[in-house]
Parts: sequence; structure tokens; C-alpha cells
Amino acid sequence: MAVVFKAPHALVDVPLHYCPGCTHGISHRLVAEAIDELGIEGKTIGVSPVGCSYNNYLYFNCDMIQAAHGRAPAVATGVKRSLPENVVFTYQGDGDLAAIGTAEIVHAAARGENITVIFINNTIYGMTSGQMAPTTLLNQVTTTSPFGRNAKDHGYPIRVSEMLATLEGPAYIERVSLHDIKHIRKAKEAVKKAFKVQLAGKGFSMVEILSTCPTNWGLDPIEALKRVERELIPHYPLGVFVGADLEV
Amino acid sequence: MGQKLLMKGNEVIAEAAVRAGCRHYFGYPITPQTEIAHYMAKRMPEVGGVFLQAESEVSAINMVYGAASTGKRVMTSSSSPGISLKQEGISYASGAELPAVIVNIMRGGPGLGGIQPSQSDYFQATKGGGHGDYHMVVLAPASVQELYELTVEAFNIADRYRILTMILGDGVLGQMMEVVNFRDEEKIDTCDKSWAACGHENKREHNTITSIHIDPAVLEQWNIRYQKKYQAIIENEQRYELYNCEDADIILVAYGSVARICKGVIKEAQAQGIKLGLLRPITLWPFPVEGFEKVVNIPKAFLTVEMSAGQMVEDVKLASNGRKPVYFTGRMGGMIPTVDNVLSKVKEILGR
Repeated sequence: MAVVFKAPHALVDVPLHYCPGCTHGISHRLVAEAIDELGIEGKTIGVSPVGCSYNNYLYFNCDMIQAAHGRAPAVATGVKRSLPENVVFTYQGDGDLAAIGTAEIVHAAARGENITVIFINNTIYGMTSGQMAPTTLLNQVTTTSPFGRNAKDHGYPIRVSEMLATLEGPAYIERVSLHDIKHIRKAKEAVKKAFKVQLAGKGFSMVEILSTCPTNWGLDPIEALKRVERELIPHYPLGVFVGADLEV
Repeated sequence: MGQKLLMKGNEVIAEAAVRAGCRHYFGYPITPQTEIAHYMAKRMPEVGGVFLQAESEVSAINMVYGAASTGKRVMTSSSSPGISLKQEGISYASGAELPAVIVNIMRGGPGLGGIQPSQSDYFQATKGGGHGDYHMVVLAPASVQELYELTVEAFNIADRYRILTMILGDGVLGQMMEVVNFRDEEKIDTCDKSWAACGHENKREHNTITSIHIDPAVLEQWNIRYQKKYQAIIENEQRYELYNCEDADIILVAYGSVARICKGVIKEAQAQGIKLGLLRPITLWPFPVEGFEKVVNIPKAFLTVEMSAGQMVEDVKLASNGRKPVYFTGRMGGMIPTVDNVLSKVKEILGR
């Protein structure tokens, strides 16, 4: 019997701990499928963040390193500079990457560090139960902006892809979304391209993945996906910010 | 044969690291240790190594964390305020049992303090400046030659125990020039690195490097493992120098450049008919209690001399365990104790 669908080898066959409807599972699968299809599991080293995906070192079948909050790009730099022939990726949420880890991501990008960053943007801190993130939209209610985020007190949400695209170091930056099948397919191509950019030695690559947090958004999974399309994409437009013409 | 050179302390640390097989250095500029980075920036390309100036001390220690995770020999260096910034990474690397060498060429504090030599990071280095029940091995060289010897040894200790090893020097040692005798070849211990995250090449299960264990029962088991390792280090790695202790009325206790001043004090005291000795801790952690056992019955008292408010005094008291009185004299803020400073304290203790 022909196998037409199976779990990627680069994912360990264990139940994930994520909440029902959370899109981390899809993101994990996209990364694992890219690793499988490129045949790079044996030479890949992933760096886990602090946040909901802190223990995805248990889920990915490649060698994994757990990093301190926000420091994954620095850790990945140390790994890549030690093993330049290997493939190194970080997997980071928006609290990890866009708040406490801002210096690390900016400078890894500025150096054109030849690593791949998978950036999960769901506009909230999930692990610590729904606090305001740098990416939280104006008027969005969180546990630390209970009356909605307002620009006067909290400033404005950061568009990380656009910000990093102003640097000369990055080779490829794209923002994708997981809110429907069509966009998931596109996200997969972006993740795969990011790894190919690294394999080609082109420099820093990042895919920002617009994701959901049904639990802390207080929405059911379907409504959460709809919110991505309705509210996130207008503020965080999809597209390629660096490397649109890059052939790898 | 070897090689005899006149070199600055900081540069010797860097050269010793290269000779010990370190090919990865990550750092951030701060006085009075930046010559280490200058030297590495030139030297690493010669040996096919990596020098990278990080965007912060925080990033530098996390680059060390990454490189150490791959099993490579790696070093970072800084001075007091920068070492404070590294404490997060130090705690994580200790939890993940990563071997690496960290150099602290101490300057006066607290805060931005000053840039003159100090020993006021003793607590931070030996008692755990970061969070959690962990220790680093802390080595305290007292000469440029010893900066070389102990830096090489620091890498071997780090690999042997999968532990962070700190070279704790001060601005005097970092900035001074002395003759150093390099060996032709270093003894580099080959240690098991099968734990490293360096790509499994489809030949083994995937390795993970982590300091997080959410289940408290599991985390306790990890802590028990750490403590067993620390106990082994306490038993095997205490180092110290005893100088002139045989019939001393007072034994001075000092490390680093202050220990050298104390040798001057001993000489001057001899001329005045006062018998002094020196117990010089070379490992600050583990603290050399074995050295105290050898000499505790000899003197009337111990006198701890430091460039701090007396941070080592409690360890000297614990080591002598009430058997002899323990006194202290020292200077702070980047001031260096003089022979006269110490000798007048000696006379006060002896009632002369």
C-alpha cells in the first residue's frame, strides 16, 4: 500500500503539549517537513526559546539546545560559528524575539549570521498566561493591558520583519500566516526557502509566522484563525521583505 | 626548549587559551581586560579560529553557551560590570553542564565603579553570582606565568567535569608585563563529548542541551548530580601555596596580586624580627581547606589581606573553624594595600 501521508521523521512521535487549536503544531510540522525534504536532519541543530515552545527540543529529532529568554540568536551564532557546515535554526515567539531578545535578533540579522529564524507572532505572551507583547495590537485586551493596549501608555506594536528588512545583513525575510490551507502551503514554501538560503550560504533568513493563541485570546480555534485574517494581517501584511528575487 | 617572552598578563591569557586548543572567543570591550580581545582578534585567524565581538556581554556569554554546546573549547572575558551581565548565561550553562572558561579581570565596584584593580567580585565568583545551586571552579593566578599555566589548566578542568571555570584576576595582573615561559606543547586532556549537540549525522539519537526540568522530582535529581560533581571537585582540585609558614606567628591569607604584596610584607617583617607566613589560595572555589589543615596549629592568628571589604574572611573562618582568630586588612575601590598598611595591622595584632 502506498503511503500518501505520514508524520515527518524530523518530529518525534510524541503528543505535543500545546493548547487545542494552537498553531505551534502546524509550525513544528512545517519546520520538520522542510528538514525531511532537504535531508538535513543529521546536520541540523535547533535552538529552543523561552515561551510556550520552550521544550520543543523534545519534539524535533535533530540535535537541540534550549536557550535563555531571547538569547536564541546569540546561542545559534555560537553554534554556527563552531559548525559552519551545519544547519542552525532558532524557533522563537514574539515575547522572546521582539521584547527581551531584541538586541540579539537585531545584531544576528545585522551580521548576516547564516542561520534561520522561525518567528512565531501571535501578538501575546502565551506561556505566562496572556500578557501584552511588543506585537500586541492597539486596543487588544491582555492580562497586562486589561483595558486594551493604548498608544499613549504602551506605545505601538513592532513590525519586526519590516524593521529587520532595513538592515543590510538579512538575505531573506518573509511574513506568512497559518489561518487557512492556502496560506499554510505558502508558509511551508517560505520555511523551506529559508533553510535553502542558509544551505546556499546566503546569510540570515527569517520567516515570521502569524499564529494564534486561542486560549489567551479567549476565542475558539476557528474564531482565532479568523482573527488572524481580520485583525493581524491588516497590521502585519504578508509578503517577502528581503530576498524576493533570491533563487536558491 | 619552550619559548621565553616578555608579555602583558591579558595577552598571555589569550595566548594560553589558543595553546590550550580554544578556537572560539566571544567578548565585549571593557577595561581593564580588553587586550584579551585585541589579541584574539589578531591571533584567532592565524589558527583558523573564531573571534567575534558580541553586541553585549549577555550575547557574548550566550554565544559561549552555543559554542560550548557543540563540544568546542570556548572562552569569554570581561571585567566586573560585564561579568555581572554574564550571570544569566553562567547559571544556564551551569545547569546545562557546559564546559567553558570565563575570565574576570576585576576592577573596583559596585556599579560602574572604577577601572583600577580590585578583588571585590569574590562573593560573586565563589558563592554563585547567578541563580540556583551551582558553582564554578575559580582559579586565582598571582603572576603572568601563572596566568598562562592556570588558563591552560582551566580548559582541562572545564572539560573534565563539564563545568565553567573562571580565571579570577585583577587589573594589576591583567596589565602587568612579566617574563613567561611557554611550553612547546600543552597537555590537552581528551574528554568525552558524546553529549554535544553537533548534528547526529543519522548515527545516534538526538542530543539535547538544556537547563530546564519542569518536574521538580526530575530537577532535584539533576541538582543531586551537580552536587556530586561539586563534591568530587572539592576532593580533587584544591590548590594552594604555603610560603614561609613553618614557624610563623601570623599567617597571611591572600590571593592574586595581593599575595605578592604579602611576600614583600613577609620580607620586611623578617627584617624587623617578625615571623610571618603566607597561605595563598590558588583555587578560590573549591576553597583550599586542606591547606589550612596543614598549618592551622602553627600561628597565633590568620590575617586575611584583600582588595575588598573582606569577602574572603568568612571562608578563612570556616576553614580555620574557630581554632585561631581571623583578622582582616585591605583596601577598596581600586586602591592597593601597601607593605606598610599590612605591617601596621600585623603589629597591632601582635601588640607591638
